[in-house]
Amino acid sequence: MALREELGPYFGEYGGRFVPESLIAALDELDAAYQEAKTDPAFQAELAALHQSYTGRPSIITEAPRFAEHAGGARTILKREDLNHTGSHKINNVLGQALLAKRLGKTRLIAETGAGQHGVASATAAALFGMECVVYMGEVDTQRQALNVARMRLLGAEVVPVKTGSRTLKDAINDALRDWVANVDSTHYLLGTVAGPHPFPVMVRDFHKIIGEEARQQVLDLTGRLPDAVTACVGGGSNAMGIFHAFLDDPDVALYGFEAAGEGHLTEKHAATITRGRPGVLHGARSYMLQDEDGQTIESHSISAGLDYPGVGPEHAWLNDIGRASYLPVTDAEAMDALRLLARTEGIIPAIESAHALAGTLRLGRELGPDAIILVNLSGRGDKDMETAGAYFELFDANGAAE
Amino acid sequence: MSAVESVIAARKAAGSGALVGYLPVGFPTFDSSVDAAVALADNGVDVIELGLPYSDPVMDGTVIQEATQTALAGGFRLRDGFEAVRRITSRTDVPVLVMTYWNPVVQYGVDRFADDLLAAGGAGLITPDLIPDEAGDWLSASDRTGLDRVFLAAPSSTDARLAQSVESSRGFVYAVSTMGITGARSDVDSAARSLVARLRAAGATSTCVGLGISTADQVREVLEYADGAIVGSALVRALADGGVDAVARTAAQLATGTRLA
Repeated sequence: MALREELGPYFGEYGGRFVPESLIAALDELDAAYQEAKTDPAFQAELAALHQSYTGRPSIITEAPRFAEHAGGARTILKREDLNHTGSHKINNVLGQALLAKRLGKTRLIAETGAGQHGVASATAAALFGMECVVYMGEVDTQRQALNVARMRLLGAEVVPVKTGSRTLKDAINDALRDWVANVDSTHYLLGTVAGPHPFPVMVRDFHKIIGEEARQQVLDLTGRLPDAVTACVGGGSNAMGIFHAFLDDPDVALYGFEAAGEGHLTEKHAATITRGRPGVLHGARSYMLQDEDGQTIESHSISAGLDYPGVGPEHAWLNDIGRASYLPVTDAEAMDALRLLARTEGIIPAIESAHALAGTLRLGRELGPDAIILVNLSGRGDKDMETAGAYFELFDANGAAE
Repeated sequence: MSAVESVIAARKAAGSGALVGYLPVGFPTFDSSVDAAVALADNGVDVIELGLPYSDPVMDGTVIQEATQTALAGGFRLRDGFEAVRRITSRTDVPVLVMTYWNPVVQYGVDRFADDLLAAGGAGLITPDLIPDEAGDWLSASDRTGLDRVFLAAPSSTDARLAQSVESSRGFVYAVSTMGITGARSDVDSAARSLVARLRAAGATSTCVGLGISTADQVREVLEYADGAIVGSALVRALADGGVDAVARTAAQLATGTRLA
């Protein structure tokens, strides 16, 4: 069977539905609605129209020759998901799920967010469709991504700072699940990545696979052939699944997911889930996760809030185990260097998340050399990260204002 | 008939029903949690539901979250769970069911967990985030060891899923009184009554209702239609506020709800 045909609920030994019984009816309802929508031309047309006239799809590709000089001269092509409305790939999935929620008669959207990109996209869709929106965000993340908190509130969403556990993305997901259990009649949980119980991993992947489908054709049109490698950052893994999916059955295209290694994957401060974790059950699915001997989730660390997650989507776990994709660590320092390099060589400021993919591409390009073509998913833009980058690179003057 | 089923059946035969009391291991300390669990047994609780603290307890409200987080911060390890069962069952004959999220069992090894729980004197497991569909390993391990396995049933469950839950459970079926998480509520949802009726129609002979029950009156009301009432957050709050003595008093007070009028 073609790798692209995997429909869940299991990917090898990964996936499934490890949730309280109270949620099963809602998951079944969602799955049925999704199956129906998948083959419903009216749904597909409505989503396609939104992609075109609201998000700005198809997103372009941009060749990055000055950046490529630092990547061993390998031809480097960026898929510009950063140019989407709301600033990242997240809107693809959000519009799809919000349309489904509307079909199901739900009036309230809830979402978790780490960096705030998914929360902003969810708040945007709620505004567009006239729905109520509550976004759960770890208290730590509300501080390091304050700009996105303001964006969500301006869009009319309620942002709930989550004060339990490690006060980051994993705890925001816990609280969103608790809200959903209690309000499932009126509420759709707009999960923002390819993790969670079935059907989320498959459904979120499908709403993002347009990234790879567009990019595959765009690279063919530009270069006359398929790329040698496709790279993406991996937290939960939605942008990576989105760009990988179209290439899964192209055996000559290598797929690389770059995980956040924080201060180093051999330190205790990292979010390199596949590199350092082992299989377990978290947030409704079996996959790789960071955990101690007893199965308690270990807190992850990354300079990038969007990658600061101790789990990963089950399809990635499976692609890793069967050897179809490779998952490698990239440190905070490598990512920040790559962020600055892209800014200075190409005039594009990427999100810190996406900078992990760029850093991995620099290493990969030096291995593959100048004859290679590498397609990079530039999943988001860096506007939201200016506070972090400004502090990191000491771009603010003594009074705290930019020079 | 398992020990838990026997206890519940005996209470029913006497015209009442069982009181199931939850407390987590390691809160506020390991020793106090053992003493508090024994105090439940000494004050009218028929079945102890002993919770294993877990980093991501999605079915729990703030009272239990805070208690289990304290236990984890205090150094709770999985092996302490077995030790707690051993100590409690050496001091009381009241059966002890362990309530745990699923990942710790997976990491310990499902068969090894079952063997060690049995050796410690435990009666079985309550698994809030494990549905029978995903429970193949646990169904085998519990059949091999004879341990009870308590699955949840929810107001939103279809009849087919309720039947599956009844068929898969042993000890009792945990009827979730309301769509929500643990925590005291002023009213026990009327959804509980119809859920229990649906479970009986699906063949359930041992059904306990949990979520939101915190007073003797609520226990009495639930026992009008169910075989047992499960109380958690109210006991944890008593322990947090007033220590083992307060838990003993709260348990005794709740147990008045099981007395015949």
